[in-house]
Amino acid sequence: MTTATDMPDPDLLYSDEEEALRAAVRALLADRCDPAAVLAGAESGRPYDPELWRALAVDIGTAGLLVPEKLGGQGASAREAAVVLEELGRAVAPVPYLTSAVVAVSALLGCDPSREEVAGPLAALAEGSGTGALAVPLPAAPGGSGAPTVRADAAGALTGRVGSVADAAGAGLLLVPAEGPDGPALYAVDAGAPGVRAEAVTPLDLTRPLAHLAFDRAPGRPLATGERARAAVDRALLTGAGLLASEQLGIAEWCLTETVRHTAERTQFGRPVGSFQALKHRMAALWLEVGSARAAARNAADALASGSSDAPVAVAVAQAYCAPVAVHAAEECIQLHGGIGMTWEHPAHLFLKRAKSDELALGTPGRHRDALAALVDLAAP
Amino acid sequence: MTDAAELRRRTAELLAANPPGATDRLDFLRARFDAGLAWVHFPEGLGGLDAPRALQAVVDAELEAAGAPGNDPGRIGIGLGMAAPTILRYGTDEQRRRFLRPLWTGEEVWCQLFSEPGAGSDLAALATRAVRDDGGDWIVDGQKVWTSSAHLARWAILIARTDPDVPKHRGISYFVCDMTDPGVEVRPLRQITGEAEFNEVFLTGVRIPDAHRLGEVGEGWRVAQTTLMNERVAIGGVRTPREGGGTPAEGRGSMIGVAAAGWRARPELRTHDLHRRLLTLWVEAEVARLTGERLRQQLTKGQPGPEGSGMKLAFARLAQQISGWEVEFLAEDGLAYDDWTLRRPEGVDFTGREAGYRYLRAKGNSIEGGTSEVLLNIVAERVLGLPPEPRTDKDVAWKDLPR
Ligand SMILES: Cc1cc2nc3c(=O)[nH]c(=O)nc-3n(C[C@H](O)[C@H](O)[C@H](O)COP(=O)(O)OP(=O)(O)OC[C@H]3O[C@@H](n4cnc5c(N)ncnc54)[C@H](O)[C@@H]3O)c2cc1C
Repeated sequence: MTTATDMPDPDLLYSDEEEALRAAVRALLADRCDPAAVLAGAESGRPYDPELWRALAVDIGTAGLLVPEKLGGQGASAREAAVVLEELGRAVAPVPYLTSAVVAVSALLGCDPSREEVAGPLAALAEGSGTGALAVPLPAAPGGSGAPTVRADAAGALTGRVGSVADAAGAGLLLVPAEGPDGPALYAVDAGAPGVRAEAVTPLDLTRPLAHLAFDRAPGRPLATGERARAAVDRALLTGAGLLASEQLGIAEWCLTETVRHTAERTQFGRPVGSFQALKHRMAALWLEVGSARAAARNAADALASGSSDAPVAVAVAQAYCAPVAVHAAEECIQLHGGIGMTWEHPAHLFLKRAKSDELALGTPGRHRDALAALVDLAAP
Repeated sequence: MTDAAELRRRTAELLAANPPGATDRLDFLRARFDAGLAWVHFPEGLGGLDAPRALQAVVDAELEAAGAPGNDPGRIGIGLGMAAPTILRYGTDEQRRRFLRPLWTGEEVWCQLFSEPGAGSDLAALATRAVRDDGGDWIVDGQKVWTSSAHLARWAILIARTDPDVPKHRGISYFVCDMTDPGVEVRPLRQITGEAEFNEVFLTGVRIPDAHRLGEVGEGWRVAQTTLMNERVAIGGVRTPREGGGTPAEGRGSMIGVAAAGWRARPELRTHDLHRRLLTLWVEAEVARLTGERLRQQLTKGQPGPEGSGMKLAFARLAQQISGWEVEFLAEDGLAYDDWTLRRPEGVDFTGREAGYRYLRAKGNSIEGGTSEVLLNIVAERVLGLPPEPRTDKDVAWKDLPR
């Protein structure tokens, strides 16, 4: 068990640079990603909004935050990426940031970036010129990804299926964990290559599309093998889960702010409904949850950024705590909006759908608590 | 400004001049106060150095490592947490010089004479009267209740009504009351745990010199706000490691640390349901710790967030849930109670005694210092800006209010 003394002190605040990055992302989203635009995009059948992605990934340069400068990125850290995700959560933005710029990029960083097969795609993702997806089901938790469902032959031809991969349909590059001739391996597959089929699933969360992937002797380029491949996938899932907490924080923040605004304005029984104590207490309790979620999410981002040995604990705590907070905030948001909250036009449903789907993503709270039990020496009966 | 390095230097100086092993406890504490290392954010000459509040941790760590005696905040919590910041803000120079040093060293214990049988959450409804006599002294009559540590206290902070003809918030004044005055009678009030940590206090013709008034006449409610805010924030600034430091026997372990240690030690008592709930509580305790740590870091940067008022709410709920879990986990042992003897403890013991005591004492955490319901109202109205409840008592003179 990690003890307090061998952990570095976490920095739980935001730096001035992080606030500047937040302001840039927030301004962009206010401009290009209001709820009406999100809804229109979700019904358009496009996997994501390419102009919005370009502005976010290329113009502001967020796609390469996690990638060192010498490999073509911004050389920032998980702390900055977390701030971007908070803002994306507040807007339920339909962009593959988590899946491409966080999870896929982290998987590549876990391979050997001095090799051209790794460095090339990494630079492309960092630049935001295309997007990538790690071919695992969205609910896969760190440490619990299990045996790959895809097999690779000696020539690197991949065969098998992976269900419910987030943002796979729009991704040009698929990173596929597979059982190779010499054990576990990670392959790069071009989404347009022969033998690759992506079958869209109608998702609960309209803003994060899912696809089942089928590979039939699809040509793969090996990126890493053995323990290195497993560790790369695991690290990618850990980073994804840790930073997902910041997206969940953003969702919860939006839901609380809008609920307070609405109930302060909506009048019934001759007074604003927000002046009724039964509602006030629920919102005050939510405020407490959101403030606590911020501490947990910042701690996870900081632990990932500093490479702390405490990162697995910090991530498990953040996921076990923040996922239910986002769902609770979104559920309260619908309830306290009354009938209007049940309509398609009001954006609240977009947040509930994202929050509920995020609760399953990268490990449910229960799975993270199980992981924690082992990490902090609280064995099951 | 005084930085961490400077504080370390001054701490080393203090230790060199007063080696802990060879110095009397009280002498050491007095020297520490005079060196400005008592509460570093207080002004120079009053136990501080005008340094950032968060740097206190630097001094505390150095002193603890050197085995220096502590000033026992358990016994003097009300003085430290509530009286001191109020005296600092509203006191005269004379009052600050007289009261702060013995308060900090623990030579003089303080209590808080605020609540009354008819005025708890609605504290501004209080009925204790203070009337000025010809010599300018105040004569106080009334009854206070649930007064923690009144049996140990040398001084009290007291609020009393000085003008019944104006609305309730405007007719109150704030005093320092001498608990040795012959008109003060303290009767133990036995509580849920069996002991008597708080008291009833009867005030009959208690004479308070005008020099012991804090703030202007009729401004007592505003002064009391400072006390109450500090009472709630005091919890948030404390720094604790994960699962708490020290052993439960030292009374310093955190509740979740005690519960987790029990789990590790007693595999035969484990069930799946208890495991599931323990992990949920562990996560919540860790998140509460991080939230407190975040608050502390904000204070360092001089940007105190509204999180402070939330800490007490979270702490109360967690303390109740964890101690309730522990009683259940301990099975037969949880059914036994350690000691029902009527005792008059010197402080609150959150981890030293057994689970049943903790479970019962924790019930007070959501009542003392403002109930959770009242704190939720405060968060909703002052932090979230939600519309206030309609009120009927705001513009009515206190004497005309229904009671
Ligand atoms: C262990 C302990 C130590 C204490 N120590 C001290 C001390 O040292 N000095 C001191 O002055 N006092 C002390 N108190 C008193 C404490 O501050 C009061 O008990 C507390 O403020 C609540 O007041 P009350 O007991 O009159 O409850 P009431 O105000 O009568 O409340 C009864 C119930 O009604 C609810 N309620 C009241 N008003 C509202 C509202 N507006 N909206 C919603 N719900 C409401 C309350 O939350 C509670 O559930 C102590 C109390 C305890 C338990």
